[in-house]
Amino acid sequence: MSIAALAQSMGITLKALFSKPVTIPYPDAPVPLKPRFHGRHVLTRHPNGLEKCIGCSLCAAACPAYAIYVEAAENDPHNPVSAGERYAKVYEINMLRCIFCGLCEEACPTGAVVMGYDFEMADYRYSDFVYGKEDMLVEVEGTKPQRREAAYTGKPVKKGYRVPYVRPELEGVKPPDSK
Amino acid sequence: MVGIKAFLVIFGLLTAFAYMTLIERRLLARIQIRQGPNRVGPDGLLQPLADAIKSIFKEDLVVSRADKVVFVLAPMISVTFAVLTFGLIPFGPKDAFFGYDPWVINLDVGLLYVFAVSEIAIYGIFLAGWASNSKYSLLGSLRSSASLISYELALGISLLAPVLLVGSLNLREIVEWQHQNGWLILYMLPAFAIFLLTSMAEAARTPFDLPEAEQELVGGYNTEYSSIKWALFQMAEYIHLITAAALIPTIFLGGWRMPGFMEQIPLIGGLFALPYLWMFIKIALFLFFFIWVRGTLFRLRYDQLMVFSWGRLFPLALAWFLLAALVVAFKWPMAVLGWLSLLSLLVFSAYVILTAQPRPRGLPRMGAGD
Repeated sequence: MSIAALAQSMGITLKALFSKPVTIPYPDAPVPLKPRFHGRHVLTRHPNGLEKCIGCSLCAAACPAYAIYVEAAENDPHNPVSAGERYAKVYEINMLRCIFCGLCEEACPTGAVVMGYDFEMADYRYSDFVYGKEDMLVEVEGTKPQRREAAYTGKPVKKGYRVPYVRPELEGVKPPDSK
Repeated sequence: MVGIKAFLVIFGLLTAFAYMTLIERRLLARIQIRQGPNRVGPDGLLQPLADAIKSIFKEDLVVSRADKVVFVLAPMISVTFAVLTFGLIPFGPKDAFFGYDPWVINLDVGLLYVFAVSEIAIYGIFLAGWASNSKYSLLGSLRSSASLISYELALGISLLAPVLLVGSLNLREIVEWQHQNGWLILYMLPAFAIFLLTSMAEAARTPFDLPEAEQELVGGYNTEYSSIKWALFQMAEYIHLITAAALIPTIFLGGWRMPGFMEQIPLIGGLFALPYLWMFIKIALFLFFFIWVRGTLFRLRYDQLMVFSWGRLFPLALAWFLLAALVVAFKWPMAVLGWLSLLSLLVFSAYVILTAQPRPRGLPRMGAGD
């Protein structure tokens, strides 16, 4: 290590000292996400309000991690839940097993299950990671822990990330804008 | 009065140590294009407090079959003797402290005392390694004491030349001498360089921080130490560093005085003649330099460390001491030393410029954005 190289390296660090940090202050500032980011699943609806999911279990069959459980039931013809013959009475995804690969999204014949943009899903109990229909239907905003906290404090769900536009598959999902 | 001054020195030193850690972490982060600690308190200003609370409440382990008394005593020895030296640093002339003498104690053998006492910190390190009942610690402490002693030698000899020239070991007299004859760095550039390097090694500072050895050993002498005892070792190290950063300007850079040419400027010379301010500026400059070096260089290998100390610094210090001794003995004018000092600077710069390698072109540069 020559003395000249030493002086050169001191100059490099001095230059770096006066450059702007590249740190993203994540919880404070919004994080930009890519439009095709694979986040928490969303169960979409038809424009008339009927659920797209017909309880066919193809997503469960396609899931490489066996994270999805679907239990179908016959629709009441006078008051249907879904547009098909049957609907998903129980639709659960174990987020601890899910690898967010998106194969369920590809397997779905009606485009009912789509990967959304939520990723702040840290929680305390194993049982809280099994997401049901009520956690994933399109009206739901924010992640499960965030909603629980919002319900507890009475404040609105906070959003810490930013998406430039929402994929067309995510019908009825508003782009989660920064706070 | 001495008690109050001692309290102020210790209190100020501990605060300086705490905020030195914060400033160092922030500056190192900026060198690495990060932000550094900014979560605790406004802009991270309470981080030292959080660190202190954390280190106090961490689990305090004592190794089984360790020599418990020595094990507990070792960090205390280190930190006590690190603190003891700082009272010797002159922060101003006789009436700078609201009409009082700012010195805690005024010793005619001040310089001798500083080095004698600060060396006992090595004793703490060695006792820590010995009492730990661990081979890692013992080897680490042996290694660190060997390296610290090697550097102590070059450090002592590099200081002999200025002491010879000034004719006093009293720190205040050294500063006063510089006020009359010009800063010692003008006459003593090689001694200054050697003293700077060896005092970094003395404070176990990068690139000479082999006692720490987190990466290549599990931690050297402090392997078995946890919680507040480990923090005490860190504290001793930082206090050493602050003492070094205060000693270098005292001995070589005119102590509490502002640069001579600035005293001639009518307004500035009168307004900014505060001794504390100038001492603070000089200490801060050297601390910044230490942090900058730490952000740039990596740790020396042990054999490199030894060769650098015994093979380079020690002969150079000895040669310069002989030169200074000749000048003093034969009563040659001091300007001889000044010219030699300038000559060494020229040779050094020529060496740096001639051996400079151009940065290889066409190769990809690593860095942010790649």
